[in-house]
Amino acid sequence: MDIISIVLVVFVAFLAGMEGILDQFQFHQPIVACTLIGLATGNPTQGLLLGGTLQLIALGWMNIGAAVAPDAALASVASAILVTYHGAGVSEGIALAIPLAIAGQVLTIFVRTLTVAIAHAADRKATEGSFRAVEFYHIGALMIQGLRIAIPAAIILAVSPELVTNALNAIPGWLTGGLAVAGGMIVAVGYAMVINMMATPKLWLFFALGFALSAIGELNLIAMGIIGVVLALLYLQFAPEFNQGGGGGGNSSGGDPLDDILNDY
Amino acid sequence: MAEENKFKLTKRDRLSVFWRSQFLQASWNFERMQNIGWAYAMIPALKKMYTTKEDRSLALKRHLEFFNTHPYLAAPVLGVTLTLEEQKASGQEIDNAAIQGVKIGMMGPLAGVGDPIFWGTIRPVLGAFAASLALSESWLGPIIFFLAWNIIRMAFLWYSQELGYVQGGNITQNLAGGLMQKLTQGASVLGMFILGVLVPRWTSMHFPLVMSRVDVPADEMVNFGAVAEAANEGILSGDMLRGVVQEIQSGLSIAPVEVTTLQNTLDELLPGIAPLILTLVCVWLLRKKVSPITIIAGLFVLGTLGYVVGLLG
Repeated sequence: MDIISIVLVVFVAFLAGMEGILDQFQFHQPIVACTLIGLATGNPTQGLLLGGTLQLIALGWMNIGAAVAPDAALASVASAILVTYHGAGVSEGIALAIPLAIAGQVLTIFVRTLTVAIAHAADRKATEGSFRAVEFYHIGALMIQGLRIAIPAAIILAVSPELVTNALNAIPGWLTGGLAVAGGMIVAVGYAMVINMMATPKLWLFFALGFALSAIGELNLIAMGIIGVVLALLYLQFAPEFNQGGGGGGNSSGGDPLDDILNDY
Repeated sequence: MAEENKFKLTKRDRLSVFWRSQFLQASWNFERMQNIGWAYAMIPALKKMYTTKEDRSLALKRHLEFFNTHPYLAAPVLGVTLTLEEQKASGQEIDNAAIQGVKIGMMGPLAGVGDPIFWGTIRPVLGAFAASLALSESWLGPIIFFLAWNIIRMAFLWYSQELGYVQGGNITQNLAGGLMQKLTQGASVLGMFILGVLVPRWTSMHFPLVMSRVDVPADEMVNFGAVAEAANEGILSGDMLRGVVQEIQSGLSIAPVEVTTLQNTLDELLPGIAPLILTLVCVWLLRKKVSPITIIAGLFVLGTLGYVVGLLG
């Protein structure tokens, strides 16, 4: 592979590493990161497919408060290099993405601990009233987060393709088959994480409705989105907690959510 | 006049704060979390308002205190704090505790709003939609995801920061009142509905385990033998082929043995029931404080075992 591709891959990895902490532009999301790596290595379609599949798995990976989620950045970047550059299959890439996400999580926790020292260094510079020094420390910390992904990416690039192929071939068939099956199932964990954050007894009704309607294949996701938006607007119009002026009667059944559900049935 | 202008932020200053607020989490640390990022975002304003070393030092220290919220919902807090700093710099009595109080008072509730809206609804819905495009090899998937997300995000950052800046202290009541609550509830309804759709569609679980084999009687099966014979003898006609298609459409069996797998049985019961149960079990485990990584590892073991014994495929 020529030098330009290598530089591009490491650059994308660096971006993904920075975004893994910033969570703004979303360069660390599989659908973006894998596609970009695929473009850099000259296998864009493989990258696109891997990105789409991994995106579904990573739907629920989110940093809430001080809790650190599995790391989408290392999972996407490293597995995309293995698939689009070293020629691993997409299903192998997905199976490898999970341990990589855990490794990335450990790395970011390490960096987030390291930055405690940077916070103290910034305190000292603040006493001197130096804006520039504080800015320098802040951006320095961001660079470390970028390197957190860029360095592993460079190492995986440097490993010889034969070594990777041999290692992949050494995996027995029952394991790759099993991992592929498991890969299809772990999407559920992502859904469960999102549900766990949002679900209240009343909202389960909408989950149930979505589940029932999903059997109708003619309704694609755009149609489902329209139905969902309509439901949300109707809910806001009619839910008693948003219509206190309309009469106190609406609140009388609000005491027991389970009761509400039973009444609705 | 010039003296007064010193304390009044221009649109340019506020744009600079907006741009920097995107790097809020760059030096996220376990001790004071987004503290340096917060100060980093405030610096363009502080630089303008305070010129002496002492003032700058005090201002920096004031903004290096603990801060943590949803990275996008920091924008309205920044807006309010800019107004407070403007008033303080122009000589009004606003002590550190007041500024600290506003920051701490807003960050908790706002994080509770931002997590379900951005991480819980918009990103999964947009991500799932983009992934479905990507899986059919459409480049629109990543492009739509990237553009839509960043347009929504940047518009939110800028306008909510401006709202905070213009409204000042009043924003706290506005946010606590109906609007934010409505937005959160509406987004959650949409999110839960779409999740209900996605769970059976995109969780792939297949049970090839054979439940029963039944021999199909000859008169309930399409007679392919006759067609093959006719073809060999060179007397195959269009009518014969048409007849075969009609027989298939009228529901005659194609294979001599009717195989019912566990999957067929489950589909008859309720399509998508296995992914549903799996998801509900995962939610239950999460509520029991089992970490997601443990659940994922468990599913890997389960999936591999299921594949080896032939239950899953």
